[in-house]
Amino acid sequence: MAGAGEGTGRVTAQLPILQVVVPLLAAPICAVLRHGRAAAWLAVLASWSVLAIALALLGQVMAGGVVSYHIGDWVPPIGIEYRVDIVNAWVLVIVASIGAVVTPYSVASVEHEIASRRIPLFYAAYLLCLSGLLGITITGDMFNVFVFLEISSLSAYALISLGRPRRALTAAYRYLIMGSVGATFIVIGIGLLYVMTGSLNMADLAGLLPGVWDSRTVKVAYGFLGVGICLKLALFPLHLWLPNAYAFAPSPVTAFMASTATKVAVYMLLRFFLSIFGAAFSFDVMALDRVLLPLALVAVVSMSLVAIFQVDVKRLLAYSSVAQIGYMILGLSFASITGLTATLLHLFNHALMKGALFMALGCVVYRIGSVHIDAMAGLGKRMPWTMAAFVVGGLSLVGVPLTVGFISKWYLILGALEKGGPWIAVAVLVLVTSVMALVYVWRVVEAAYLREFSGDEPTGEAPLSLLAPTWVLVAANLYFGIDAVRTAGVARQAAEVLMAGIGS
Amino acid sequence: MSLDFFVSHYNYWVVIFLMMVGFYILISRGNLIKKIVGLNVFQTSVFMLYISMGKITGGTPPILVGDGHGGEAMEHVVYSNPLPHVLILTAIVVGIATTSVGLALAVRIKEAYGTLEEDEINRIEALVEASE
Repeated sequence: MAGAGEGTGRVTAQLPILQVVVPLLAAPICAVLRHGRAAAWLAVLASWSVLAIALALLGQVMAGGVVSYHIGDWVPPIGIEYRVDIVNAWVLVIVASIGAVVTPYSVASVEHEIASRRIPLFYAAYLLCLSGLLGITITGDMFNVFVFLEISSLSAYALISLGRPRRALTAAYRYLIMGSVGATFIVIGIGLLYVMTGSLNMADLAGLLPGVWDSRTVKVAYGFLGVGICLKLALFPLHLWLPNAYAFAPSPVTAFMASTATKVAVYMLLRFFLSIFGAAFSFDVMALDRVLLPLALVAVVSMSLVAIFQVDVKRLLAYSSVAQIGYMILGLSFASITGLTATLLHLFNHALMKGALFMALGCVVYRIGSVHIDAMAGLGKRMPWTMAAFVVGGLSLVGVPLTVGFISKWYLILGALEKGGPWIAVAVLVLVTSVMALVYVWRVVEAAYLREFSGDEPTGEAPLSLLAPTWVLVAANLYFGIDAVRTAGVARQAAEVLMAGIGS
Repeated sequence: MSLDFFVSHYNYWVVIFLMMVGFYILISRGNLIKKIVGLNVFQTSVFMLYISMGKITGGTPPILVGDGHGGEAMEHVVYSNPLPHVLILTAIVVGIATTSVGLALAVRIKEAYGTLEEDEINRIEALVEASE
């Protein structure tokens, strides 16, 4: 008789597909629900089950190695394969945990910022975006990546356009144009690889590509994929869509996008260039590290500098995001295990800190309706918990010890010192840009704590339904900053897998 | 480059021409609708790239011939690769979705700003910012 054990066994075997299907099916149900609250709680339920699935998958991978799921039981490389190894299990957990925290947060925030008849549609788009991002991460099929990329991007354009200022519309439009060009570049790259190998399965491609490394078609494909993905991850100078999109989107959308969308794009870059093309091809033949290093350095320095002069705090953090993406790419350009560990750690850590910061700003928007730096004057006294969350998130962004930001910077500097020679200058630059981060975080802190409140209406603290999720992320910032053994261990393991290629 | 090479790869030349035309419209035009037209031409060129690479000269449609049991008959039939065509069916759907979202945004931008010209919108925003 089929016992309970066999039943759970059957469910655990289906986890990879459930990871994507649960939010994908919840989305249209949200859209047909006419009641905003009902849609909200369905979304919360879906996002929490997504997190449970992601954690279970990480557990499976850590215990038993790569999980391969054949869709419709068609054996790869003919059929589509979902393939979970330590690298994408890690990214899945990042995306899912941010989703699980932002969704309950959005319940109150969205009711405040979005017209009530649009709320069910908001959750539909939000869940589609979530399933798209999870799909990109979990799939082992190249064309599947493109389809999920477009699912997540199209819903992201819609989400951004829901922002209250009318500039949200132009920001969404610009993102749509640049994002579609990026996605089309990625399709061209995938097509050229298919011409050369006749395969779309990632693991299969990794085996076939070394035979055609010399062909110009493969190199052109590499270039198209690189430019397309860098547009998506907003690497300087392809970041132009990002600041406005983040600044004018509704608060929960900004918090969600800033901590997940660019992270998944970085994962795509790592997966395509290190696993599929192989670290040897990327670094030795294509000189990927020498192309990315200057871009990353310019991104970190120039965007930190631009952030210092912003008066809209959401925009300030958006520019800071482009700078932080620079750190992730910097880690990759070290072409070493330690550098990659720093990149993978910063994926997680930056999601935590930017999530916390944008959610704290969402609380500010909820109460005073603006995140202009002058409007935030004297907020430290009136919204002590919100601003305390902002301060902790800000310290993490700077990289103060006991926060996750410190762990990222530590590994980044370690990676630079390990290489020695002129790389010491890179380590110094990381320290200098940390000071620049301190400057822009300080401007907000100064306004909130040292300036006097200028308005007339008294405002109170944000409601608990907003503060609680914010503080969950703040607590995570501190917890993983103090006890980094587990996160650093997983990141290092993932870095080793990436450098070794997909076969191992 | 011989004429023969040029002619035998004519599908690629068509694709490159369309791609550049689309990309140029996308970059050079300030009208939001024209930008979407450019984007469409650009995406269509990629559809052509995929479709033409699946085609084999003299190939039949990938349909089972003979009585359906004899493997022998199949082996001698040259057929076009159906996979790129199927992929592009998906990509066309994605392209339509992108176009419709883009046009919907253009409608709302027109409602909010009263214009579809990018420089007009920038001027309006600059005025708003200056008055603040």
